[in-house]
Amino acid sequence: MPEQDTAGRPSTPAQEVADFLRGRQEQIAQRWADAALFRTVFTHSRDEAVEAGRAVLDALAAVAAADRVEDAEAGGFDVVREQLARTAASRARAGSTVTQISAEVDALRPPVTELLLAEFPAAPAEHLRDCTTTLTVLMGTLRLVVLETALSEGEELINRQRLQLLEVATPVIKLWEGIVAVPLIGTLDSARSQVVMETLLDSIVEQHARFAILDITGVPTVDSLVAQHLMKTVAAARLMGAECIVSGIRPAIAQTIVHLGIDLSSVLTRASLADALAYALREQGTDIVSREPAGSEVR
Amino acid sequence: MKRTADGISASLPIHSDLDLVWVRQHVRQAAAQLGFGLVEQTKLVTAASELARNTLVHGGGGLLECAPVSRGGARGLRLTFGDEGPGITDLDQALRDGYTSGEGLGMGLGGARRLVHEFAIDSRPGTGTTVTVTSWMPGAPRPREER
Amino acid sequence: MSGAFPAPYGGPPPYAGDVPVLRLGDVLLVSLQGDLHDGTAERLQQDISATVAHSGATGVIIDLSGVEIVDSFLGRVLGDIAAQTSLLAAGTVVAGMRPAVAITLVELGLTLPGLRTALSTEDALRLLDGSAPSLPRRGPARREGP
Repeated sequence: MPEQDTAGRPSTPAQEVADFLRGRQEQIAQRWADAALFRTVFTHSRDEAVEAGRAVLDALAAVAAADRVEDAEAGGFDVVREQLARTAASRARAGSTVTQISAEVDALRPPVTELLLAEFPAAPAEHLRDCTTTLTVLMGTLRLVVLETALSEGEELINRQRLQLLEVATPVIKLWEGIVAVPLIGTLDSARSQVVMETLLDSIVEQHARFAILDITGVPTVDSLVAQHLMKTVAAARLMGAECIVSGIRPAIAQTIVHLGIDLSSVLTRASLADALAYALREQGTDIVSREPAGSEVR
Repeated sequence: MKRTADGISASLPIHSDLDLVWVRQHVRQAAAQLGFGLVEQTKLVTAASELARNTLVHGGGGLLECAPVSRGGARGLRLTFGDEGPGITDLDQALRDGYTSGEGLGMGLGGARRLVHEFAIDSRPGTGTTVTVTSWMPGAPRPREER
Repeated sequence: MSGAFPAPYGGPPPYAGDVPVLRLGDVLLVSLQGDLHDGTAERLQQDISATVAHSGATGVIIDLSGVEIVDSFLGRVLGDIAAQTSLLAAGTVVAGMRPAVAITLVELGLTLPGLRTALSTEDALRLLDGSAPSLPRRGPARREGP
């Protein structure tokens, strides 16, 4: 940040930039409205773009007046943070990369510098330089703020997609009247276990299923956290009036469970999904009988 | 009861079991308004019910401050239960499952802690107890409206 | 905004009235709705015990399908009702607990191991019909093919 000149001038460059941004707010906002960043986001009306520009300029002026042009966390930015996030998100959804968004924010600077230079035609070169440097730093900080929000928006998008993927990856299958099953494939982490639990319990209500089978044949490892989730699912299903059976515990997993000292004795287990289904059918009084060789059906 | 326009921030007195009902209803409404899912809402309301009952039964009544919070891109709900009761002498013991100084299953404090993402308790014998809990929206906020 | 709850809050005030205990043959049916006061829950516990004692009912069904939260207090009341009724030679079945409530109770650490449960009041009735109170949950349902 340029050093404060205490000699003769009444205020710091940052202060002057703040005054300039306020004084020329309308002109700058008008120019920004035609810049790529605003033009492509506020497509409905130009007035809206101008309004958004004004808000950003208010924020920039406040940050400069507070002498915090280098501070992306400056309080002045707070009022426009959400607007900037929306802008960045909208650009990102339209397919812009972070680099492109960054360049678009950068493109906001030249028109302002131009106006700044025109503002003080007679000022000493040194003074002008201080002011433009300050403005450049301030606009750099704005870019940082936009990028931060753009990145966190990106993270949110990834999180959202991850959650959607989890739901897609957890199909609940109705095996029989009153019997549902979830075949789990792949690694179970805490988030996925949570989704599995909720999906399975919801389907118990929807299908009016007295038996729910969690088949973990396709799960490579079970750690204590996952085992805990399994036990919680079983306990919750029981509270709802359903019985939960865990099937497909492979020898390696059984060994791990014993090693970890996890007590699964409260959980009803069966070797395979077929065994679990047979158990559930028997419990609800349905018998499956092979067809007689003669062809007569006894079911 | 003081409420602000956002329907989330509020200051609710806890002096009777009718107040517990109001606490549960307000927390439910605030969590729903912030966009919490059904399970998260239920966990937060249950935690609030446990903590409000503690405030009532052990703290001799007090106040719940409910406020939305945000950090980075995450949004959440913060509940602060304050009383000016006798305070808790042994916090570790009070947080242990099965510990109870009154009737109930002794799941109040320890159980409530498992239902929220952040849990802080400040208690000094003679001056009262303040419990602050926060839960965050899982994943991301709902996509905003396109302009 | 989540529209998960059909019942709008801020509407009718929470009711403090007593919960009706219905009699269906040998079975008492108690349907809990909405948000219960602690006092109401405790009165309910006494009412059920008294009714079982003088009516000779052999079973109690507590329908929780209309209940949005069960905290440790209500959890204790449910457990106590089950324990008391079994002393009076009647079985208690809790029916229709919602998934979110069940998950929360488990996280809370309350698995209520002694409690018998059913998906619905119909299932609970069949459960009480088909088994002695001391037997573990077992479906009396006959063949329910696809």
